[in-house]
Amino acid sequence: MDIIQWFVAPLQYEFMVKAILVSALVGVVCSALSCYMTLKGWALMGDAVSHAVMPGVVIAYILNIPLAIGAFVFGVGSVIAIGFVKAKTRIKEDTVIGLVFTGFFALGLVLISKVKSEIDLTHILFGNVLGISNDDILQTVIISVITLATLAVLRKDLILFCFDSTHARSIGLNTTFLYYVLLSLLSLTAVAGLQTVGIILVVAMLVTPGATAYLLSDNFDHITLIAMASGVFSSVIGTYISYHIDGSTGGCIVVVQTLLFIIAMIFAPKHGLLARSTKN
Amino acid sequence: MNEISIDIEDVTVAYHGKVALESASLQLKTGTICGLIGMNGAGKSTLLKAIMGFVKPTKGRILINKLPIRQVQKNNLVAYVPQSEEVDWNFPVSVHDVVMMGRYGYMNLLRIPKFHDKNIVQESLERVEMWQMQDRQIGELSGGQKKRTFFARALAQESTVLLLDEPFAGVDIKTEKMMINLLMELRQKGYTILISTHDLASIKTFCDQVVLINRTILAYGNTADVFTEENLSRTFGGSIGDLSLAKNLLTQEDR
Ligand SMILES: Nc1ncnc2c1ncn2[C@@H]1O[C@H](COP(=O)(O)OP(=O)(O)O)[C@@H](O)[C@H]1O
Ligand SMILES: [Mg+2]
Repeated sequence: MDIIQWFVAPLQYEFMVKAILVSALVGVVCSALSCYMTLKGWALMGDAVSHAVMPGVVIAYILNIPLAIGAFVFGVGSVIAIGFVKAKTRIKEDTVIGLVFTGFFALGLVLISKVKSEIDLTHILFGNVLGISNDDILQTVIISVITLATLAVLRKDLILFCFDSTHARSIGLNTTFLYYVLLSLLSLTAVAGLQTVGIILVVAMLVTPGATAYLLSDNFDHITLIAMASGVFSSVIGTYISYHIDGSTGGCIVVVQTLLFIIAMIFAPKHGLLARSTKN
Repeated sequence: MNEISIDIEDVTVAYHGKVALESASLQLKTGTICGLIGMNGAGKSTLLKAIMGFVKPTKGRILINKLPIRQVQKNNLVAYVPQSEEVDWNFPVSVHDVVMMGRYGYMNLLRIPKFHDKNIVQESLERVEMWQMQDRQIGELSGGQKKRTFFARALAQESTVLLLDEPFAGVDIKTEKMMINLLMELRQKGYTILISTHDLASIKTFCDQVVLINRTILAYGNTADVFTEENLSRTFGGSIGDLSLAKNLLTQEDR
């Protein structure tokens, strides 16, 4: 009965119920997007955007507008800045990305330090899902609906864009539009992820489930489902563990995700280390 | 039948200020197979990319069936097979998925295939003898099978203008023969095909037109008139290796 107790006991607290539900939702949304990030090779971009949203979040706090709007502006803005510097200088892309996102992030730190009475830096950096407000829950739900609906409608086009953007263009698709759609979703989910695991770890939510699933299947639909399942599982179990060990929620969620990845890496039927070593 | 299909007028393309193609003009009639010939770096790929609108000419005008390229693409009038598919071969898509992507232009926003689309995909795969392998992940294919898959996608597009950038590079002879036969069938149906190739030996067997290119279009017209030793030496001029190779192939062909 211990195991049932383990799952049931935290549910007597409303904040835990909220935390588990929000984490699960964020897990689903970030995982769905993570398939595209992994396959497009956008992990570094995800890291950059999730850090670059910080000044936007702070400014949105100050102006008292939804955080998602501030994050969106700065997330997309950072990528435009990256593209601009890359096109106009001789500096390589990974250097430009590193340079731009740390610049934005630093600006965010400065802003927070000037308005620190209102915002808790650690909540932004490491998440605060156990103390999430109803407003933030509503925002997460809205972001989730927008993201999942967009991915559902544009799924085929986005897959084609990630796979072969030349062909996408040659059949008349607007690849610039698809690029900015993916980018906008990245900025939005970064805000959602920020609530649960914080800015530092949100890139894990946007990369790890997709990478885990990619090792387990060669079919995009299956990969998406596996990623979403592993995302929800990690979020829920991670939140429970954090309650029981009284540890960082974001940290627990990402550790569980990483463990799932390691298990997949070793035991995946076709692309796992064991399968590969027996093949050779 | 004898309408102008591909109409290029005085097109210049530059990369970062360096001119790769200068004042190219070309008019290609409907229902022809035109071989695009030139040495490496001559601007073959650049010309095809300019036609597709992937690189912007600094001057000049390009029309297909009298329409600008965006409209041509939106109306599924052109199919393009790039030189080396710059795709991730580990991407989780199957052969069938790839060929179905050739049908997206005909589908609604959700890209849900209709019965007709599935039929066309099957037909295209059968024509390149890839139907049996439709479920393979694309990374599990040989070089020739990969080319055939992307060729099938172009077939599935049912576009009457085909632009092929070195489709025979790294392909076995059997596959090349099969593709040439398919191209000739398509010409019969009135397709216009512009194909860049290094295989001078096979040009005469299936190209009724040739374009000779070296940073500009040197000559174009009927193969019998233009595909001459003299013209080829102008095209490959300065490149002794290519030139003697070209001569070799020409004489081989005449024997
Ligand atoms: N993306 C690019 N950026 C800069 N230069 C390019 C680019 N693509 C092609 N070039 C240059 O343009 C010229 C023509 O190239 P290309 O059209 O690829 O020739 P081909 O296909 O006949 O081998 C070459 O000198 C090449 O170096
Ligand atoms: Mg080329």
